[in-house]
Amino acid sequence: MNEMLSIKNLRAGIEGKEIIKGFNLEVKAGEVHAIMGPNGSGKSTLSNVLAGREDYIVSGGEVLFNRKNLLELSPEDRAREGLFLAFQYPVEIPGVSNINFLKTAINEIRAYKGLAPMEAKDFLKLVKEKQALVELQGSLANRSVNEGFSGGEKKRNEIFQMAMLEPTLAILDETDSGLDIDALRIVANGVNKLRSANRSFVVITHYQRLLDYIVPDFVHVLYDGKIVKSGTKELALELEEKGYDWIKKELVEA
Amino acid sequence: MAEQKDILEEHIFSEYKYGFTSDIDTETAPPGLNEDIVRFISAKKNEPEWMLEYRLKAFRHWKTMEEPRHWPHLKYPEINFQNIIYYAAPKQKATLNSLDEVDPELLATFEKLGISLEEQKRLTGVQSNIAIDAVIDSVSVKTTFKEVLAEKGIIFCSFSEAVQEHPELVKKYMGSVVPYTDNFYSALNSAVFSDGSFCYIPKGVRCPMELSTYFRINTSGTGQFERTLIIADEHAYVSYLEGCTAPMRDENQLHAAVVEIVSHKNAEVKYSTVQNWYPGDKNGKGGVYNFVTKRGICLEENSKISWTQVETGSAITWKYPSVILKGDNSVGEFYSVAVTNNFQQADTGTKMTHIGKNTRSTIISKGISAGQSNNSYRGLVRINKGAKNARNFSQCDSLLMGSKCGAHTFPYIEIKDKSAVVEHEATTSKIGEDQIFYCNQRGIDTEKAIGLIVNGYCKEVFNQLPMEFAVEAQKLLAVSLEGSVG
Ligand SMILES: Nc1ncnc2c1ncn2[C@@H]1O[C@H](COP(=O)(O)OP(=O)(O)OP(=O)(O)O)[C@@H](O)[C@H]1O
Ligand SMILES: [Mg+2]
Repeated sequence: MNEMLSIKNLRAGIEGKEIIKGFNLEVKAGEVHAIMGPNGSGKSTLSNVLAGREDYIVSGGEVLFNRKNLLELSPEDRAREGLFLAFQYPVEIPGVSNINFLKTAINEIRAYKGLAPMEAKDFLKLVKEKQALVELQGSLANRSVNEGFSGGEKKRNEIFQMAMLEPTLAILDETDSGLDIDALRIVANGVNKLRSANRSFVVITHYQRLLDYIVPDFVHVLYDGKIVKSGTKELALELEEKGYDWIKKELVEA
Repeated sequence: MAEQKDILEEHIFSEYKYGFTSDIDTETAPPGLNEDIVRFISAKKNEPEWMLEYRLKAFRHWKTMEEPRHWPHLKYPEINFQNIIYYAAPKQKATLNSLDEVDPELLATFEKLGISLEEQKRLTGVQSNIAIDAVIDSVSVKTTFKEVLAEKGIIFCSFSEAVQEHPELVKKYMGSVVPYTDNFYSALNSAVFSDGSFCYIPKGVRCPMELSTYFRINTSGTGQFERTLIIADEHAYVSYLEGCTAPMRDENQLHAAVVEIVSHKNAEVKYSTVQNWYPGDKNGKGGVYNFVTKRGICLEENSKISWTQVETGSAITWKYPSVILKGDNSVGEFYSVAVTNNFQQADTGTKMTHIGKNTRSTIISKGISAGQSNNSYRGLVRINKGAKNARNFSQCDSLLMGSKCGAHTFPYIEIKDKSAVVEHEATTSKIGEDQIFYCNQRGIDTEKAIGLIVNGYCKEVFNQLPMEFAVEAQKLLAVSLEGSVG
């Protein structure tokens, strides 16, 4: 049906070490899935594999994104097809203004779709509109990409970029960590405004607090490279309360 | 402005008026260098006796000198100076019935120049436009906009013409900043230089347009030895651009130019170069050997000289645009981007010599190495005794692409006055896989990503270039680094 992302038995690793060990996930259009899990369980690895980072080797399984074989696409084509990753650690690109960066990105994506470059005035209008959406200061948009941004500003900039690029699937890798309480609310509001019937989100987080704002349809627990438990919003509350030990215990007992 | 183009064409296709006399009909000197060749060049140019004498003195001195082979971080086979042709004028038939008879290579050159002239046409009516002096195979083909400039008393012409028309200025300034005794290549240049540009901005005049020279090597086996002399008199200002190209050839070609700048009281000279001599092929075959001496002097108080260079070409670059800060409160600047790819080698940097009080210098150097190339920054900051409150800030960054290339920094600092403040910062970084992936993830392919990242890295330098040049430089950079990652 309206399947957006379908991951079947995915195995992947880096430097000869398997980290994703038989991962399954189905995301339908418009859904929000939260992925939680202890440090080192493979959440960022999963994001990187989906985004197509070269260092990661996929050793098994399949991933369909809008019915296309995602694993066959280059990283830039995955992005152009509508996949967006908000990085856990966004990089700095000195000397390249955010605006110039986004203009290049938008026009590359448009060219992929056979569209002409965006008119300068339309672009500026878009910038204004999306800046307001994530309450990003004008000066940040004009500065070099992430250069000298505070941790929180970087995260907010990721959401600004997401808003600008209007992806169909956005993976947010711990976008909430490092945000102060106000910024958390602003970022969550931004995400909520972008929620729609044909846009899906995979939200990776350690804290259930984010999920108070961005209410997920499903919550999954990633442990040692695979999903070991799935549920709804209540699962996040339970994890907040009890930690991961009880899940580990369940696994050992099983 | 169609007129400008006509003038250029006329001079390219017709007989050269400079130095061609009926008793010398050869257009190319035989290979090798001796006093006769020096005399030949001088005679060809119909030079006055004093000019010939200068050349001969330089030649005799050159013979006593040794090629600087040891200190630069460069490796190349021995140059046989007796195998080089020291003078070549573009060959031309007596009459040309149609353009078909013209060497297509030469035509391509004209087309290149023609584009610049189109640009001029387009810019007509706009305040800022560019006057061009085109030097092909050591001969100045035509200087444009001369009349417009003359109204302001600005002299912008070929060096040969200056020798004929303004001997008093040439005599006064030539060799005053770069004497022929300075180094091996400046001596060689002083003996055999064939042409170049001359520019004089009189007192109180701001040059209303960019002055530009396009250098081009065409004939194979020739060396190119241009000489440029720029003088800004008191309270004058000029922005000068230099562009260089050479066709692809299997053998190495020698280029040894001398540029001298004199900046008087309250005067300012901005000198920008986009150097794109042929760098050799992917295996390191061919390419231009570029040994250039560029130096300026801030002669009196409050004067300023600023060098901006974007070096993407040449098999070998040996070049240290320098400033002697003699006048009190004078300012010297050096902004440089040097890109090396494949087997290119660059040893480039600057010398800032502080003599006057409150003199200030800034050095921003960005080296980018890719392939198996080697890229060295070599700089000297020297504060003489008595140069009270001199200040220097140097920043030398190296960017590595891949693991087979090299980046080196050789900063020398000599401080003889305690009041000096000298700051030096240096960084070496690898072009980040992280940065490239970040761009990829936003839909930007790797080639474009590298372009973005590298241009961002060089921004401080590009900001110094005039607009048109900055755009050209950015494109060049992308082309130079094509295929260097992934
Ligand atoms: N380049 C690498 N080389 C070796 N091991 C790696 C590499 N990248 C990740 N790993 C390992 O893979 C495992 C999963 O890492 P990953 O970053 O995906 O965890 P995570 O779930 O995102 O953790 P966190 O909650 O701390 O962000 C860790 O044990 C990590 O050390
Ligand atoms: Mg992580």
